[in-house]
Amino acid sequence: MSYQKYYVPEESKFPIYIATALFLLVMGAAGTINDLGKPDSNSVYILYSGFAVFAVTLYFWFRAVIREHIAGLDSAQLQKSFVFGMGWFIFSEVMFFAAFFGALFYVRNFSVPWLGGDGEKGLANMLWEGFEASWPVMSTPDAGSAFVLADKSMSWPGWGDALKWLPMWNTIVLLSSSVTVHFAHLALKNDNKKSFNTWLGITVTLALIFVGLQAAEYYEAYAHYGLTLNSGIYGSTFFMLTGFHGFHVMMGGFMLAVMLSRSVFYNHFDPHNHFGFEAASWYWHFVDVVWVMLFLFVYIL
Amino acid sequence: MSAVIESHNHDDHHHGPAKGLTRWLYTTNHKDIGSLYLWFSFAMFLIGGAMAMVIRAELFQPGMQIVEPEFYNQMLTLHGLIMVFGAVMPAFVGLANWLVPMMVGAPDMALPRMNNLSFWILPFAFFILLSSLFMEGGAPNFGWTFYAPLSTTYAPPSVTFFIFAVHIMGASSIMGSINVIVTIMNMRAPGMTLMKMPLFVWSWLITAYLLIAVMPVLAGAVTMMLMDIHFGTSFFNAAGGGDPVLFQHIFWFFGHPEVYIMILPAFGIASHIIETFSRKQLFGYASMVWAMASIAILSFVVWAHHMFTVGLPLAAELFFMWATMLIAVPTGVKVFNWVTTMFKGSITYETPMLFAIAFVVLFTIGGFSGLMLAITPADFQYHDTYFVVAHFHYVLVPGSIFSIMAAVYYWIPKWTGNMYDERLGKLHFWLSFIGVNVTFFPQHWIGLAGMPRRIPDYALQFADWNMISSVGAFLFGASQILFLFIVVKTVMGGKKATPEVWEGSRGLEWTVESPAPYHTFTTPPKVS
Repeated sequence: MSYQKYYVPEESKFPIYIATALFLLVMGAAGTINDLGKPDSNSVYILYSGFAVFAVTLYFWFRAVIREHIAGLDSAQLQKSFVFGMGWFIFSEVMFFAAFFGALFYVRNFSVPWLGGDGEKGLANMLWEGFEASWPVMSTPDAGSAFVLADKSMSWPGWGDALKWLPMWNTIVLLSSSVTVHFAHLALKNDNKKSFNTWLGITVTLALIFVGLQAAEYYEAYAHYGLTLNSGIYGSTFFMLTGFHGFHVMMGGFMLAVMLSRSVFYNHFDPHNHFGFEAASWYWHFVDVVWVMLFLFVYIL
Repeated sequence: MSAVIESHNHDDHHHGPAKGLTRWLYTTNHKDIGSLYLWFSFAMFLIGGAMAMVIRAELFQPGMQIVEPEFYNQMLTLHGLIMVFGAVMPAFVGLANWLVPMMVGAPDMALPRMNNLSFWILPFAFFILLSSLFMEGGAPNFGWTFYAPLSTTYAPPSVTFFIFAVHIMGASSIMGSINVIVTIMNMRAPGMTLMKMPLFVWSWLITAYLLIAVMPVLAGAVTMMLMDIHFGTSFFNAAGGGDPVLFQHIFWFFGHPEVYIMILPAFGIASHIIETFSRKQLFGYASMVWAMASIAILSFVVWAHHMFTVGLPLAAELFFMWATMLIAVPTGVKVFNWVTTMFKGSITYETPMLFAIAFVVLFTIGGFSGLMLAITPADFQYHDTYFVVAHFHYVLVPGSIFSIMAAVYYWIPKWTGNMYDERLGKLHFWLSFIGVNVTFFPQHWIGLAGMPRRIPDYALQFADWNMISSVGAFLFGASQILFLFIVVKTVMGGKKATPEVWEGSRGLEWTVESPAPYHTFTTPPKVS
């Protein structure tokens, strides 16, 4: 039986640095958030230092893995571990979004109608009599000063205005980027480096355009629609779902940008051996699928 | 089964552990990391246990004697959080680290550096959680289930630290689970098909899947809390169109699979031990696997049985009642198989076997009280009484914890090369067995009589059984010091163990010498 030794690094300093960085990050984040509005708080520096240690360690950790790969230390079996690992990581991300989509489903189908007096638990209407359920919830059950009511929602504007509607452009941009990253993959498999770099470059550009458009949409929401995190459950679900998606777009775009620079500056990938790129592209497709769900359930329906 | 143990010919320069403290900081070895997890878990078990002692001391008599009600709530919350996330889960991960690579014939875990990271996050996370005791406003005081709005509108400021501690604990669990799954899927020795895997490996494959599925949901729940508390969102605030009940749905969508995360590895452990000491092949291997898989799948559709009294629509009450009862079927299959394995076996009663048999009997009691709680109209009476406390302590203490202790006694000769002291082990078992039953059995009765859970004071008619319960708790707590002593004594020395250790032991881990070499299978063994 042919057997290639499974590479087990003897010792590593990376994990303990990452663990320390996470400690600093969360202590800093919790301290900063608790001290919001207190100008003499130092917690934000803990947060920054955590982020710095995190970023630097990750850089060296990935560099070490890439070097081990180039040195031929990793067997086919180890590469399969990376493939499985990335797959299950993406599954965990799916479940993270599932929590927020589940919350959206629940408020739209149960709690908001009940507060409006509909359904089996419509008794809840006695809390705020006169509240009428609708989605998006433009006027919260308790219209007190705790809430900034929005004038306008982000919902589907009808076919006439579809092209003036930012989410439509976001959808076009992100769906195209999934296609371009696939073209990049095909080019790589055909050993056409130049075409690979071009398509990947286009993908990263589309990612940046998406983030720009999303920022524009948030500006619109806050500046002109009055739609904020404080606008009740519609604003809560809208910003949390699109916000976490946008954050994942940034992460995915960053991964793709790293792959682009690895290809352009170091010529790292070959037609049969490029899981680093594949992992990033899987992540990108995942982010794209989440957007399709968002487009459907947050914007259209 | 046969194994080829090949070593010491071409890699002499690195087969032992590194020296000094940094060995534990930098290690990528599954055995080192397994030991770290197990010792960490034991430390948390003692800290969480000390908190339980504070609780039982306050409940020794009616009236307020020892602590303030506010502090009592903090003890209660931290006891639950530490035992669930700090003691039981890390103990099982530690066992998985030690055993899974040896059982499947792998050189190590699939992603060794990430393995180290999964562990070292935990001490930081629990440092944050425990340090909240000394923060302004005190530690989290809303129970381990942290229902909104207790954990949002009415929470102490330390809740922010709690939220972030949960976040990094979750990251640790997810990475640990990915490692376990990848090891099992990718690193099995040639010839070890899925249906030839040892049951502990099967139980962990299913557990890891559950963990990856639900830990991110918990992260989502605490994120919504964070946003509600600090950034004005309305997820759990009905005034803004949200719903506090939404929190319970999300929490228990995590929480119920979490309950099985804490029991499935115990099923695997019990199967191995009962098989060995009955000197018979396990009865119904395939049905054991299917039963665990069914339990895992069902665990995703039963969550609202924790919420029967919160005001669910009737259809939901019925659905979650029937779905919950359905779990009794695969669980019954498992209990039947364990009993049938013992039937006509040449049983001997070494300490691991005693713990395993106690596990089967007492876990079944916990299972039956679970069935009682599953009956919706009956649950309206039982909900939030000591009956619930008795139920989940029966499945967690003589369930999960006994299985962990059984596993330690069963595999410690393999880990250390030394046999534990059988007389002390049996003493530890009987003290624990008596302690646990004296503590928790009377709680069924005071619960049925109407004593609510999570209160520091109670009506006079509950006094006698509470006092007995406290006495049992002190006995159980004290006897764990004996456990610590036995473990340390075994690590320091003792009768040398053979490779097989037990007469009827089966599996790859018993084919290597005791203690198992630092790197077990650098070349995979052949499994026939």
